[in-house]
Amino acid sequence: MLLYALRRLLLAVPLLIGITFISFLVIHLAPGEPSEIQTGDMSIQSDKQMRERLREEYGLDKPLHMQYWNWFSRLTRLDFGKSFSPDARPVLQKISERLPVTLLLNVVEMLIIVALAVPIGALSATRQYSTFDKVTTVFVFVGFATPDFWLALLLMILFGVQLGWLPISGLRSLNWEYLSFWRQQGDFVGHLLLPIVVATFGGLAGFSRYMRQSMLEVVRQDYIQSARAKGLAERVVIGKHALRNAMLPIVTVLGLSLPGLIGGSVIVESIFAIPGMGQLMVQAVFERDYPVIMGNLVIVATLTLVANLVADITYSFVDPRIRVGGRRGRR
Amino acid sequence: MKPFASAGPLALTLALALGGCGGEADSAVEQVGARGGEKAAYGDTFIEALTGNISGLIPNILSDSASFEVGSLIYSGLVMRDRDLNVVPELAESWKFSKDCLNLTFKLRSNVRWHDGQPFTASDVVFTYDTMINPKTPTAYREDFKAVESVTAPDPLTVRIRYKQPYAKALQSWGTWVLPQHLLEPYVREGKLREAPQNRSNPVGTGAYRFNQWKPGEKVVLVANPDYFEGRPYISRVVYRIIPSQATIFLELKARGVDSAGLTALQFKRQTEYPAFRKAYHKYQYPANAYTYLGFNLKDPRFADRRVRQAFAHAIDKRELIDGVLLGLGRDATGPYKPGTWAYNGNVRTYPHDLEKARALLAAAGWRDKNADGLLVNRDGQPFKFELMTNQGNDERKKVAEIVQASLKELGIQVEIRVIEWASFLKEYIKKRRFEAIILGWGIGLDPDQYEIWHSSKTGPDELNHISYANPEVDALLDAGRSSCLQEDRKKYYDRLQEVLAEDQPLVFLYFRDALPVVSARVRGIVPAPNGIRYNFNEWYVPKHLQRYTAG
Repeated sequence: MLLYALRRLLLAVPLLIGITFISFLVIHLAPGEPSEIQTGDMSIQSDKQMRERLREEYGLDKPLHMQYWNWFSRLTRLDFGKSFSPDARPVLQKISERLPVTLLLNVVEMLIIVALAVPIGALSATRQYSTFDKVTTVFVFVGFATPDFWLALLLMILFGVQLGWLPISGLRSLNWEYLSFWRQQGDFVGHLLLPIVVATFGGLAGFSRYMRQSMLEVVRQDYIQSARAKGLAERVVIGKHALRNAMLPIVTVLGLSLPGLIGGSVIVESIFAIPGMGQLMVQAVFERDYPVIMGNLVIVATLTLVANLVADITYSFVDPRIRVGGRRGRR
Repeated sequence: MKPFASAGPLALTLALALGGCGGEADSAVEQVGARGGEKAAYGDTFIEALTGNISGLIPNILSDSASFEVGSLIYSGLVMRDRDLNVVPELAESWKFSKDCLNLTFKLRSNVRWHDGQPFTASDVVFTYDTMINPKTPTAYREDFKAVESVTAPDPLTVRIRYKQPYAKALQSWGTWVLPQHLLEPYVREGKLREAPQNRSNPVGTGAYRFNQWKPGEKVVLVANPDYFEGRPYISRVVYRIIPSQATIFLELKARGVDSAGLTALQFKRQTEYPAFRKAYHKYQYPANAYTYLGFNLKDPRFADRRVRQAFAHAIDKRELIDGVLLGLGRDATGPYKPGTWAYNGNVRTYPHDLEKARALLAAAGWRDKNADGLLVNRDGQPFKFELMTNQGNDERKKVAEIVQASLKELGIQVEIRVIEWASFLKEYIKKRRFEAIILGWGIGLDPDQYEIWHSSKTGPDELNHISYANPEVDALLDAGRSSCLQEDRKKYYDRLQEVLAEDQPLVFLYFRDALPVVSARVRGIVPAPNGIRYNFNEWYVPKHLQRYTAG
């Protein structure tokens, strides 16, 4: 097992290099350079000299493979470089100030999704074609089909403008500094409520469908039959034998959505004016701020690889069949 | 400089001149609710929405409009523009030009202090000049100072500037934000101005507002400067909230979460006409500093013929365009200068909608409908067919392109519209001159010098005369216009320039759109003027009983 994990870890290194190299190439292929954007491209003041100097400072005058090498060798020392944006702050600092809110939002969203999707999926599977199943199916497809931004705007109009119950956008009220501690927490939760609802709504659809499918498969298995034959109560059959097994694929899906936790949703963050990773990334792309884009990418890529590995390993722990298979395979 | 020009970076912005503050060269056409009678009071918070995060706090080295807006309250220049767009003293008390326009002397105010308490002196001005001209400073505004021969400070309240040759924009260029020498000198010397703490967390200026906090991506807070040299401003706090989505800003406006925003024509005309909104906000309307045009690649032999361009001008109904695209909230352009500004000349050739004239002009240029199929062909029988390009993300321009397409179809000209993503549009098509015709806009500066756009020497790949216009008379007028410091002399050259451009139609000038800001009705002291509404922000106030935010 340990050897297996080690081998996978070693394989991840060339994979990571490959990912970063290709991304580096693609990003640099996009038209427009930060030096051009900053010196007022297409503006009367546009200054050629300045542009050349900035290119030099950013290292954009060197051939692409040299640029990649410079970037990569810094990365091996865990130096993500400085942002190309005019505040020239370290990339890690920029990311770390945006990360907490995105992480919070996504973790809460994920917990809610799992907490709701598992029972919904299980119930609609065990009562296949019942009214409950039909209603949830419709609901789920509506959830799939509803664009985030549209739902967000509707909710904002209803709860923010018409009823005035919830704040429309941002993270804190303007008078936040002057509120008592509990009021501050309440204010913060109030601001996060709508974004979480919107983000959950879309995600819930996929997850509960997944759960339903997996459950449907499990209840058709022989061991469920034998559990029933043993004379166990239906609740025990479903709750203990079926549900546990049906959860297996969910573990994989959950593991794979781990990197998404720090990615941030561009649409939700932009609409609700939440200063998270999604917004940082979009702005970096518009400004062609290569170090920030690449920094973000390295983190997400690393997390994806790690999550893959973790999911595989957990899977083998949860499912004894895999473990046995693995041993046999190595022999 | 507010980006009224269009949706953010989508305007081809010319001349983002770092003028004093405020800066919309606009004339008021509607004055709503300038009620008097209430006593000016200190206090309250003004909340503004910015669509983009600011990129730093020293605007001299930045280029985004959000940073300019915030910077204009923190810093001041030697001169600024008043309500009628005249250049007036700000940090300077007075100035004097020598007769030959080569020597400019500023007398400075004596009571000015930096936000950290240090006195402001002439050496700060010299330092700012040195900073701007230093090749290590990453600024896009060096051009303004290249004509300067020397800047000296004979005494702490006098600045002497000598120019190599007369420079028309000399005076206006000193609207540049003055930077504090005592804090920034070491950073400038090392070429690390961007990394100075003043650019990231505590800028020090001489303006009406002091910096309080910047939460990246969330908000910027400024507080009134009690020692401001023109007296403490009334509104005690200004909060810029960063809200990337225009739709969200509009909803925040409806829920009174922000105090001011620019509206679209649709919002202005159709979505804000209910009583509650009219009561909560005052609407303003004045022409913005940008015009939209139909441009041609003049290297293309079909468009090199002036009669063809004039025919196009006759074929396009500008009124229909303004009504259809802007719901009537704009005015037609006769040239590159905005009506109401001193350089504007309204007495030029115009092109009323007239299809017969257009047909006659095209026929004279050799384009006729030979087989009565409704399509124009030249002597060799080739049909008149071209591609009209514009950039993605600007709905307005797409609609303009469609109306132009329909208008030209009536003449028998086939137009194909192509919409391309902004960055590749610039790089692959505009800069490489790979286009036949385009719909684009120019943002115009406060000075009428448009050398970069019309002069025949500016047709290189990275330069702005991308339509490749060349006219010796225009070249001479542009040269003359930029080398005098006397407005009366310059006016003559620019008047003639507009006559020539109107006759030549190097591009079809379409319209100036209106800027459509709204401001919370509790704010008083707003006087719309040719310079828009923001020029006297320091004099805005909220009467005591209407103040909404008391904390701070």
